[in-house]
Amino acid sequence: MLRYLVRRLLLAVPSLLGISVVLFGILALAPGDPFSDLASDPSIPPSVAAALRAKFGLDDPIYLRYFHWLAAMLHGDWGFSFASRIDVSRLILQRLPTTLAVIGASQILALLIAVPVGVYAGVRPYSPFDQIASSLALIGFSLPTFFTGLVFILLFSVNLHWLPFVYRTDIGGSGFALYWAYVRQAIMPIAVLGLFQGAAWTRFVRASVLDVARLDYVTTARAKGLSERVVITKHIVRNALIPVVTLVALSMPIVFGGAIITEQIFRVPGIGSLLIAAILANDTPVIMGVTFVFACLVILFNLIADLLYGWLDPRISYR
Amino acid sequence: MDERQLRRRIEEVRTGARSRRAFLREMMAFGLSAPFVAQMLAHSGVAMAASDFKYAPTKAGGGGTLKLLWWQSPTLLNPHFAVGTKDQDGSRIFYEPLASWDPDGNLVPTLAAEVPSVEAGTVDRDLNWVVWKLKQGVKWHDGQPFTTDDCVFNWEYAADPATAATTIGTYKDIKVSKVDDHTIKIDFPKPTPFWADAFVGPRGMVIPKHLFEQYKGGNSREAPANLTPVGTGPYLFVDFKPGDLVRGKLNPNYHMANRPHFDAIEMKGGGDAVSAARAVLQTGEYDFAWNMQVEDELLKRLEEGGKGHVDIFSTANIEHIELNNTDPWKEVDGERSSIKTTHPFLTDPAVRQALNLLVDKLSVEKFIYGRTGKATANFINNPQQFVSKDTSYEFNVDKAIAILEKGGWKPGGDGIREKDGVRLKLVYQTSINAPRQKNQEIVKQACQKAGIDIEIKAVPASVYFSSDVGNPDTYAKFYTDLQMFTTTMTQPDPGDFMRQFLSSEVASKDNKWQGRNITRWRSDEYDSLYHASEHETDPVKRAALFIEMNDLVIKNIVVIPVVYRPAVAAVSNKLHVLLSGWDSYIWNLHDWYADA
Repeated sequence: MLRYLVRRLLLAVPSLLGISVVLFGILALAPGDPFSDLASDPSIPPSVAAALRAKFGLDDPIYLRYFHWLAAMLHGDWGFSFASRIDVSRLILQRLPTTLAVIGASQILALLIAVPVGVYAGVRPYSPFDQIASSLALIGFSLPTFFTGLVFILLFSVNLHWLPFVYRTDIGGSGFALYWAYVRQAIMPIAVLGLFQGAAWTRFVRASVLDVARLDYVTTARAKGLSERVVITKHIVRNALIPVVTLVALSMPIVFGGAIITEQIFRVPGIGSLLIAAILANDTPVIMGVTFVFACLVILFNLIADLLYGWLDPRISYR
Repeated sequence: MDERQLRRRIEEVRTGARSRRAFLREMMAFGLSAPFVAQMLAHSGVAMAASDFKYAPTKAGGGGTLKLLWWQSPTLLNPHFAVGTKDQDGSRIFYEPLASWDPDGNLVPTLAAEVPSVEAGTVDRDLNWVVWKLKQGVKWHDGQPFTTDDCVFNWEYAADPATAATTIGTYKDIKVSKVDDHTIKIDFPKPTPFWADAFVGPRGMVIPKHLFEQYKGGNSREAPANLTPVGTGPYLFVDFKPGDLVRGKLNPNYHMANRPHFDAIEMKGGGDAVSAARAVLQTGEYDFAWNMQVEDELLKRLEEGGKGHVDIFSTANIEHIELNNTDPWKEVDGERSSIKTTHPFLTDPAVRQALNLLVDKLSVEKFIYGRTGKATANFINNPQQFVSKDTSYEFNVDKAIAILEKGGWKPGGDGIREKDGVRLKLVYQTSINAPRQKNQEIVKQACQKAGIDIEIKAVPASVYFSSDVGNPDTYAKFYTDLQMFTTTMTQPDPGDFMRQFLSSEVASKDNKWQGRNITRWRSDEYDSLYHASEHETDPVKRAALFIEMNDLVIKNIVVIPVVYRPAVAAVSNKLHVLLSGWDSYIWNLHDWYADA
């Protein structure tokens, strides 16, 4: 187990290196200039933008820039943003808590929906409940988050005036009012992300439960007179959730991707909106930093999924 | 209009026979910016007029939180590092310049005790120097006194190339010296008609010497105060999250009485223009939103929400079509559109005139921009009621056809006109942006009727407006026959703006396409007028020169102006603001107040 872990971690190093080369290459080849605002302003002489480019090393050859970046990165220096002249690591750390809070809450919401609904639908297949749940899941799964986000804004903010649609990090006030304000503004982004993910997982949980419920040992359990509740919770759900756990871990990176759009719609100041702003401003160090964090997350969650799978299912062994 | 006529009008303004505002409008129709006209008047002895904005509150505070929504959010709060207006706006909450530009182009003293003038002896008659008297008793937010030393330091700081300030262009050629604790003198290397650049407006904000002294030059990025501004402005710094939020609270020691009205301020960023408009106009979640680049039809619908209204104010932004004077399809010495070539037919005046008649500006105004774009004939700025006689515009397909026929352009077998084997086929490019693509269609259809074939090309804005030397699709390379974009005159003086038609400014491979002259139009007459304006110290004569230059550009159809685009903001119905197109949106933030 430990050897397996070490081997996987060692394998992650060349993967990350490869990812960083590809990312850097694409960014360097992509058009755009962080100082184009200056260049198109007639009252600023072109030499100003040129001097800034030279100072920030933007005119060096691509490979040289990459090695500079890599060397700094190995020292723990993520570089600094061209747009705000602040260290990238500081920017990311500033944004990360919000993203984690919103994504974490939405994932919990998704699980709270997916597991009970999926299990109930799975043990009573083709019942009216299952029909309705499956249809709703299909709809929720098919609607992209940017669409549901806009529909939510139109419905709950514009028409009903229930919820604000601009997310604020610093809300004045204290005590209950403060928490309530946080909850109110977070409801929509969390619901949009959570419902989408929940719908996808509901289908999966249902299929998994359906598979397990047909197995012989479940019939045996029933035959020996165990109550239905015990059969479901102890015998069916436990085994059915093994693939679900890995699915949840594996879909984490996708959730981060989906959060980018949701963050933009609701102005949630997370790393997703940081990434979009950086891309629009051609702020290479920030784009590199954020995408690198995403890359690490993908590798990390893949590893977690594999480890969890083995832990939950002792038939799997690591070599 | 020549110098003599100009002087007569200024005399009329002085005696009161002509209203100041009417004169201003008329001058703007000739392509002059409001601040430029105001300076010309001041130089001729007509005092700058105070704006008619009334500040109602009788005490500071009590206004609650002012909530601003900037859909592109400030990413830094050091005005000398500002990359775009968003950064300048974020800094402006805390920092102030010596003087600001109001909507009519008047200089309004902020940190200065008074605006320099020739009469007061604070502006040199020959325009070699200017003296600014600073307001006394102004304190930085940390209690330190604001003095001349701070101003001198700002000059040293910004002018040092190692600091990598984006304001270096404003400060590098001047010399700032201390006269006494509250007086500075700026010496110019040559007579400078536009003396109100350094320490004025968005590029004139002053940062405190005592906090930045250690961080001048190479380590400028490390200054803690880059993120925690300590200024002189109406609000004290509370919190800053780059790209997301700027917060401030009332400055109890502000140097203007009874100001500011709000107890706290927050500037939220991110998202898009449409939802920002919605948050102010429809749901009222925010009080003010900046730069509403939203279709007018949608704005009108949102205004029906009743929470806010749209405030439209003039700037010098012109959406215009450029005509290439060189051949974009022939490569010479590794570049296309080289000035060693000439365009096969766009240099023919008949074709230019025909194209000018084929741009249906009124339809563009009516169907695309609405209140946010006015049809214009002049290159810089033109409120419609004052169209100059020399540069009127019309849309007339028949007349265009007649001109082409007369010029010898006959329809070929497929209806496309040709002459000596040259066919009227054009490629027309612009950035990807819904209103621009509609505009391309309108022009294309009209041209088709007249026998000119137009191929439309749309380039992503991030490519089109980049200065990427390796990319053939940038606007500066201009590798097509026609192109359209908006030029902005960010500085109130047309001096820099009009450089874009100078022969010496032609964009080419040699200057990495950084030259400002993108149409590659070259005219000795224009060049000599421009050089005359550089040495002209009399503002009236200088204004006459600029008007003449504008007329040259329009008469020769170097560019076809389409619409003049004012700035648009969404404002809560409770909020009272005065917006100026010549300075930051929040140039007079200290005067903003809301009804209870």
